[in-house]
Amino acid sequence: MVTVVLPHPLRVLAGLSGDAQLEVAAPVTTQRVLDALEARYPMLCGTVRDHDTGTRRAYVRYYACGEDLSHDAIDALLPEAVANGSEPFLIIGAIAGGR
Amino acid sequence: MSSLRLLIGTRKGAFILTADAKRKNWRVDGPHFPGWPVYHLKGSADDPNRIYASQVSDWFGQIIQRSDDGGKSWLQPGTPPGEQAKAPNGMPKGESNKFVYDTSEATGKPLTTHQWYDGTQHPWEFKRVWHLEPAPGNPDQVYAGIEDAALFQSRDGGRTWQELAGLRGHGTGPRWMPGAGGMCLHTIIADPADPRRIYVAISAAGAFRSLDGGASWTPINRGLRSNFLPDPTAEIGHCVHHVTMHPARPQTLYMQKHWDVMRTDDGGDNWREVSGNLPTDFGFVIDVHAHEPETIYVVPIKSDSEHFPLEGKLRVYRSRTGGNEWQELSRGLPERDCYVNVLRDAMSVDKLDPCGVYFGTTGGQVYGSADGGESWQAIVHDLPAVLSVEAQVIP
Repeated sequence: MVTVVLPHPLRVLAGLSGDAQLEVAAPVTTQRVLDALEARYPMLCGTVRDHDTGTRRAYVRYYACGEDLSHDAIDALLPEAVANGSEPFLIIGAIAGGR
Repeated sequence: MSSLRLLIGTRKGAFILTADAKRKNWRVDGPHFPGWPVYHLKGSADDPNRIYASQVSDWFGQIIQRSDDGGKSWLQPGTPPGEQAKAPNGMPKGESNKFVYDTSEATGKPLTTHQWYDGTQHPWEFKRVWHLEPAPGNPDQVYAGIEDAALFQSRDGGRTWQELAGLRGHGTGPRWMPGAGGMCLHTIIADPADPRRIYVAISAAGAFRSLDGGASWTPINRGLRSNFLPDPTAEIGHCVHHVTMHPARPQTLYMQKHWDVMRTDDGGDNWREVSGNLPTDFGFVIDVHAHEPETIYVVPIKSDSEHFPLEGKLRVYRSRTGGNEWQELSRGLPERDCYVNVLRDAMSVDKLDPCGVYFGTTGGQVYGSADGGESWQAIVHDLPAVLSVEAQVIP
């Protein structure tokens, strides 16, 4: 079970009161985690990665185990600690000003 | 007895203000979608409880919301709550937030480039929905004006969206350019007497007209003058801020351009300036009285570099002669130290008698007049910056 930490606006949109818990089949990659997230919570389609191209939105970042994984290949293996659920996969809204 | 509903889009959520027909005592409901910019909400003229809303974030993109009960509850129409992500036919849901430019052979691959701020060419990129316009006669049909500028349509209550590609397809796209707020299609006017007649306006491209339900388009900018253009009277490139039309006069349009208040009486074939005695003819909003097609309202703003009222005095100006002769309306509005702006979609009128007029400010005030503009009251003082105001009369 993979734990995904969502930014507050997306938790509200998905109707979640806490983190998302997702079954993700091995090998656990960013793409598989995001596919599972969007399949479980289709209202999040287009909010993390572009609805059309599937690319990460400009102001969204992916972190895990103290590392910024935003620019890693989307099909690269995530750390084992994410795959076994001992560490979360974090989706972060970039700090980009406060309009 | 009729009642009033104001749909307010703000920088940090949506609010719904309601009152009875006296329009004295208001109830404030919200925020809906708290923390998210809500660019626009609009109800269907045929079913006022059917409301569409554009919820949008620089971080997380575009969300289309729909209410079928007057704003009490909301749904993303392409994503019914609790249902599986894919329909039985395998089609993905979550489709109501998906706006993809048409690049098909069938529509001539209209995707091209537009002019960037520095004069170079830049590809079209979807950013947000600025305006939602339910089509006359069918609550399930709704138009969306988007940034980068294009017109989309849904015929299934907002579940899916398709571009009306003829607008970008007529060849002037490379000369369109973004204004300071982005390259937005912000005005959509569908003639209730002839739904095939549609007007749109784009900042900064100009105004366009379709007579075939959006399949093909004609630029209608003759008579506009913009000194920031190499050719000030060019066919394309004008920074139109807003356009309005009275339903009884579908050939007459009023325009607040970047500078200049303009009027046409031949469906946009020829425009003439009607700024007259306005203290400044820069501004964003313009609207027309519900029962008097020659009565129009603007809020003059000092200049394109100083987006606030002259002398710190918030004023609405009204013309009862279709322009040129303007009267200052100030009763109940701030007399000093007011430095707010009134954005392009932030004015609306109701259809009661006397006509009500409403506008919202970037300072979070929503002002209303229940007597055609003679006097004003602040309905609310402290909302987030107001992006849009739409008035609905509920039978």
